[in-house]
This record gives sequence, C-alpha cells and structure tokens, in this order.
Amino acid sequence: MSFDALGALLLIPAVAAAILALLPGYRVTAALNVLAALLTLSTAASLFVVQPVSGQYLLVDDLNKVFIVLTTFVGFTTSVFSASYIGHEIDTGRLTPTFVRFYHAMYQTLMFAMNLALLANNIGLMWVAVEVATLTTVLMVGIYRTHEALEAAWKYFILGSVGIALALFGTILVYMAARPVIGEGADAMVWTILVARAGQFDPALLDVAFVFLLLGYGTKVGLAPLHAWLPDAHAEGPTPISAVLSGLLLNVALYALLRFKMIMAACAGAIAPGPLMVVMGLISVIFAALMLYRRRDIKRMFAYSSIEHMGIIVFAFGMGGPLANFAGLLHMTMHSLTKSAIFFAVGHIAQVKGTQKIADMGGLTVTNPVLGWGLVLGVVAIVGLPPLGIFMSEFLVVSSTFARQPVLTAILVMGILIALGGIFMRLNVVVFGEPKGVTKPAEASYVPMFTHLALVLMAGIYLPPALVAGFSNVAKLLG
Amino acid sequence: MHGLEFDVAHALAGSLVLASFMMLYQDRLYALLNVYALHAFVLALSVAWQAFIQHAPHLYVTATIALIFKAIIIPVTLHRIIVRLGIHREIETVLSVGLTMIGGIGLVALSMVVMLRVTPGADALAREDLAFALSVVLLGLLVMVTRRNAVSQVVGFMSLENGLVLAATGAKGMPLVVEISVAFSVLIAFIVIGIFLFRIRERFDSVDIAALDRFRGERR
Repeated sequence: MSFDALGALLLIPAVAAAILALLPGYRVTAALNVLAALLTLSTAASLFVVQPVSGQYLLVDDLNKVFIVLTTFVGFTTSVFSASYIGHEIDTGRLTPTFVRFYHAMYQTLMFAMNLALLANNIGLMWVAVEVATLTTVLMVGIYRTHEALEAAWKYFILGSVGIALALFGTILVYMAARPVIGEGADAMVWTILVARAGQFDPALLDVAFVFLLLGYGTKVGLAPLHAWLPDAHAEGPTPISAVLSGLLLNVALYALLRFKMIMAACAGAIAPGPLMVVMGLISVIFAALMLYRRRDIKRMFAYSSIEHMGIIVFAFGMGGPLANFAGLLHMTMHSLTKSAIFFAVGHIAQVKGTQKIADMGGLTVTNPVLGWGLVLGVVAIVGLPPLGIFMSEFLVVSSTFARQPVLTAILVMGILIALGGIFMRLNVVVFGEPKGVTKPAEASYVPMFTHLALVLMAGIYLPPALVAGFSNVAKLLG
Repeated sequence: MHGLEFDVAHALAGSLVLASFMMLYQDRLYALLNVYALHAFVLALSVAWQAFIQHAPHLYVTATIALIFKAIIIPVTLHRIIVRLGIHREIETVLSVGLTMIGGIGLVALSMVVMLRVTPGADALAREDLAFALSVVLLGLLVMVTRRNAVSQVVGFMSLENGLVLAATGAKGMPLVVEISVAFSVLIAFIVIGIFLFRIRERFDSVDIAALDRFRGERR
C-alpha cells in the first residue's frame, strides 16, 4: 500500500504545527490551520475505505475509528470557527500576532497528540500522547496572560500532571502484571497482545493498576471529585480551546480508560471495572447538576454541563453490555457535537458583549437573532429535549440500564432533570428578557455551529443504518 | 536472589523514601532544593544499580539523565530563578511539620500494605521496589498539597516523577521508550513551569500561590 493513512494522520498536524510556528500573519496561518485540519479529516475518513494494517505501535480498529473521525471532524469545524474568533481577538488587541502564531502551532500540536493517543497500540506511547496533549492545552489556556488565565492554567497544570503521573503508575503496574505472562520487552506494553493474553494476568495487580488508571485518566475526563481544573480551564482559555477541550480532549482520556477497561474485562479474576465507573459517573452527574445553579459565568456554566455529560457517558460505559455501550458511544458523539456548537455560539456572544458574565447579557434573540436562536437550539439539545440527538442518546442510556439497576438509573434521571432546570434558568436571562450590555452585530461564522446542530438534529430524527451498524459493532467490542 | 544485589537495591530505594521524608520538613526554599538534588542523586544511584543487576545497559542512560539533569541542572536553575526573582525564601506550609510527618508515615504504611499484598507472585525485588516507588509518589503528592509556594509545589511534583522512574526501572525489562519519555516529560514540564514562573512574576511580583487564590471565578 503506497499511502499510509496512519502515518499521514500524525504527519499532517506535526508538519502543519512546524510551518505555522514559522509563518507570520494571522489570515494566512488561520487559513492554513483550516486546510491542515481538513486534510487530517479527509485522511481520517479514508480509514473507512482502506483499513491500514496495525503494527506494534499504531493500531486501527472499529473502536478508535469512531473516535478519530469525531476528533478530526470537530477539530476541522473548530478551526473554521477559530479563524473568525482569532480575527476578532487581534482586532480588539487581546492577542498579539506573536501569540496567534504560537496559538496556531499549538492547535496543530494538540491535534497531533490527540491523534497519536487514539492510534497508539502501545500503552506507554498512549500515555506520552495524553501528556503532550495536556501540556499543549495548559499553554493555550494561559495564553491571555491575565490573572485569571494564569491561575486557571496553573491549576490545570498541577492537577493534570498529578493525574497523568498516577496514570503512568497504573501503566507500569499493567506492565508488571503482563511481564510474567508475555515476557520482558516491548511486547508486554502492546495493547492488542495485552488484551489477547489478559486472562493469565495476576488479577490483584491489575485491580490496583486500574484504580490508578481510573484516578489518573479520570482526572483528565473531568470526573468529580477530580474535576477542579475543568471549569477554570474552560472559562479562561480562548473559546475554540474550550470547544476542543470539552468536545475532544475529555473523549481522548475516556478512550484511554475504555482501552484499559477492555483489558480488565478480559481477565476473569479481576474486579469488574464497571461499578467503579458507574459510581464516579453518578457522582459527577449529581454534583455538576447542582453546581449549575450558582454559575454566573456562561463558559463556566457549560463547563459544568460537560462534567455532567461525561458523568452520563462514564455511567453508560460502566453499566456495559451492547445496548448501554451503544448509548454511551452515541451520547459521546452527540455531546461532542452539541457542546462545541454551544461554545462556538458562546464565543461570539462573549466577543459581542465583551464579557462572560451572565448578568451582563440579555435579550440576545432580539439583538443578535442568529446567535441567540443558535444558542437556544444548542441548549435545547444539551439539556436533552426531543427531538434532538441528545434526547435520543439519553433515552437510550436510561432505557438500557433501567431494567438492570432501577435505583441508580433513577438517580441519573434526577441529575439530568436538575441540570435541565439549572441551565434553562440561566438561558432564560441570556437569550430572552431585556436586552442588556453592548448591542452590536456579530462578525461571526455561523457555518460550524449550524453544521453541528443540524447533525445533532438529524441524529435525533433519523440514524443512518450504517452508523447504527458501526456503533453496535463497537459496542460489542467494548463488552 | 537475596544477597548483596538485593540489599543494595533495597537500601537505595529506601534512601529515596527517606529523602522524600526530608522534603516534608524543609521550611527554606534553598534547603528544599538541596534535598531535591539529593533525592535525584539517590535516584540516579538506584537506577544505575538496577542497570547493573539487570544487565540492562540502557538504564544507565536513565541514570545519567537523572544525575545530570535532575540532580544538577534543575536545582541550579531553580536556585537562580529564586535569586533573580527575589522570591521569599521561606516556605509557608498548610499543616504543621508534625502533622505532615505523621501523614507521610501513614501514606508509606498504606503503600506497603497495598503493594505487598497484591504482588505475592512477583519477585521480591520488584515488589519492594514498587512499594517504595508508590511511597515516593504519595509523599510527593503530600509535599504538593502542604505547600503554598509555587516553587515548592513544583519540587514536590518532580520528586513524584522520581518515584515513577523508580517504579519504571524496577519493572524489569520495561521498554526504553518509556524511560526516555519520563525524562523528557520532566524536561517539558520544567519548561512549562519556567514560563509560568516568569509570567506569574511579570504580573504579580510574587510566586506565592496564595496570591493567585484571590480569584475563584464566581465570588467577585
């Protein structure tokens, strides 16, 4: 095979990052950023046509195909949004051209790291990739260099590093468990080999390893009580980064967790990882739902909503079984699309109003109808009202788990309803009510936002059979 | 293989835990940095010894990185940063020294109980190494949560990373790619931290995290 899609998925962002670091002028670099993201997306799409051979270090299977396509797609639409967002930031002087150059290079580095984490077949390599992704986002969160941005970045850096350190300890323990069975050397870190032979591993060692991995990667997923970095990082960084953090990076960490869950499932004597995940998921849902009521900053509010949704997803995967896994995958996809669409809207709104405080906003449907109604649509989607996609996926999560765990599912439903109330209460002020604050037309690119929302709407009404078949296949893989 | 090899490895790993304890009661930044240099030096010795007894020459690379980069370059650079930025030399602690030490002892006991119980199958050297490594990791976390000063939190984090390297080298035959990456990540982390320190200084003339705590996003 002359064309290696796996290499290209890593090479395109890496080369783009190097070029973008050198080029001045934000219009050219923003366009190049979009182009690179588009190229990566088309390469990812080609995985469905020709499936490359997996090797010692890189791997493609049905599970990570879903993640990669989702990541590159949202990466592409966000780069389109980012182009108009960054233009405005330069005009208002919040970012200097040097910082924009840095920003674009970091954006592509982040894409590289996420693709690497998703493609890695070696658990050590996967860990390195997640660490690189963390460090790049730390730098981007702090890019405004305000007091708040620095604190957010510092907090994110410290908590993220601790999480990542615990994950490494877990990774080492997995190697220790694998070594007596597989033998010394690189083979004992290759995921495909680990899964194939996990049945003979020492269960007790795997148990401890999974606890570390859950705490470590769970910090990156934003599960309560390890979530403290997440709202600050979302609120203080540039909005395109909030979209990528919520829509993609949390998924990447979750993906790492799922890979290890599959190893655990293959080892009969080990504890079932499900209950741990279910408990952490439920805690996150309830906690985030309650926290939604006291938010005054619009980006922080949607950051807490991300914690809630990651909780739902982890709950679904924790319950396991083909149906719940299917629901979890669907919910993850819908959440990524919806949440990034919301951040696209919120980014432009914050630029128009010059603030992120909810109290200083009002009557958006009157002053900026397109943005306002876009936000309404996004919020209707995110709280899980029909007929949009999240309603469907939440319904699936609840219906597939209710028969097995009625009490737990009831708690989950309660959390979802509490969150619905919290978000609507704030939304009411922002989009309806008296117009408040600066009222000027937005120079926005609406295409990415409405593309996402259209996809979510479509998924709510009609799921293509090919997609259903693909997702069911992956759900079976997850066990 | 109980013998001299085992005893020396044991002693070195134990010394690393001891050095972690020494960090817990330092109340001056310079002293903390010196202890960190000692910590990294002990790590380098321990890794070199592992390289020797495992006949794994690539581990000497890790040991050299630990010696040159962690035991010399980082402490010297941080020392200079402290001088240049005129940071307060005293460390504010959240808990008293006594309580911190008791907490540390509890954490070491915890890691012994956990690790020794779950690894009866593994060979004695690997399991004790792992137990010591977990102790160093947890003590590093303790240093991070009981200090208010950014530099000492960073030192706590670096001692935590040392614990990870100890674990990685104790796991016999673990591929080189991971060890290099660990060393490399420390490098990156250090650059990031350096940038942060300068930025923090630029804005607030202080590297005290308490100065950052004013902001909580909601309470203004």
